[in-house]
Amino acid sequence: MGLIEGRFEENFVTTKIDWVINSARACSIWPMTFGLACCAIEMIHAYGAPQMDFDRFGVIPRATPRQSDLLIVAGTLTKKMAPVLRKVYDQMPEPRWVIAMGSCACTGNIYQTYSVVQGVDQIVPVDVFIPGCPPRPEALFYGVIKLQEKIKNTRYIRKPLFQEETL
Amino acid sequence: MEPEKIIELLGQKFEGEVLSSGTDHGQTWAVLKRDRLADICRFLKDEPDIKMDYLIDVTAVDWLPKMPRFEVVYNMHSIKHNNRIRLKVPVTEEDASVPSVAGVWKTADWHERETFDLFGITFEGHPDLRRILMPEDWEGHPLRKDYPLEGPKWEFKPW
Repeated sequence: MGLIEGRFEENFVTTKIDWVINSARACSIWPMTFGLACCAIEMIHAYGAPQMDFDRFGVIPRATPRQSDLLIVAGTLTKKMAPVLRKVYDQMPEPRWVIAMGSCACTGNIYQTYSVVQGVDQIVPVDVFIPGCPPRPEALFYGVIKLQEKIKNTRYIRKPLFQEETL
Repeated sequence: MEPEKIIELLGQKFEGEVLSSGTDHGQTWAVLKRDRLADICRFLKDEPDIKMDYLIDVTAVDWLPKMPRFEVVYNMHSIKHNNRIRLKVPVTEEDASVPSVAGVWKTADWHERETFDLFGITFEGHPDLRRILMPEDWEGHPLRKDYPLEGPKWEFKPW
């Protein structure tokens, strides 16, 4: 940290507040346990299975939206379910992020019908879109890492007037 | 009793109610007038030699642009005699209603609600005819052939 590095006694560390906040947020993304369709099954075993093991990135599923930072929309969102999704999103404390997992959540996929929402970005703001039907666990993993990059590039202190596109 | 015999008996007992009948791929069907449908179904269920005690399905077919437009289909099965028949009742778009058979088979209750929900066919005498699958404030009947693919323009409404 430049000039003030090493000027204090032992056990003092100088750093940027943005770095601390962003690291804390990026390394403990707690997703809401919210599954809608077949993508939910893929998501569940991506969380827990030893091949992927999201726990090592601090991604630990929570049972309530009040404790969650991330909403992974995994699966086909029907119009009947849309108010529920929005309610779960509204119950999450800020800062919060949304990943649209799978083609159904991104665009509606093959369900170009009267009952399916054609992309969840009509309901909630989406940070990362992951295509695939369902996506490989690696793809979900990549999406979470991309979200971590986005979080780490956010500025809180002396926030720019317009946050530059970081992803 | 054989399914063909059942239809023959129906033609004798309910004079003029059976419009046409036949057997395709081992399945016997009959096209009926709608007015005495509940009586016919009651007869099919109660007659010991026929005993159609299991109503498999009630659904409808939209034959647009053919007239009459809709055809309500009843599939039934006799567990005792192990045979099936299919009844079809044509209805027009302007007067899309048939007598309810919910009083004959209890299972017809939800089947008729589903047919009402998705095709807009009303069932006269149904105890509780309202939508079963779609939201209660939904407009239109989605399985009709003239229904738009993605439905009417949908906007997310806050509850």
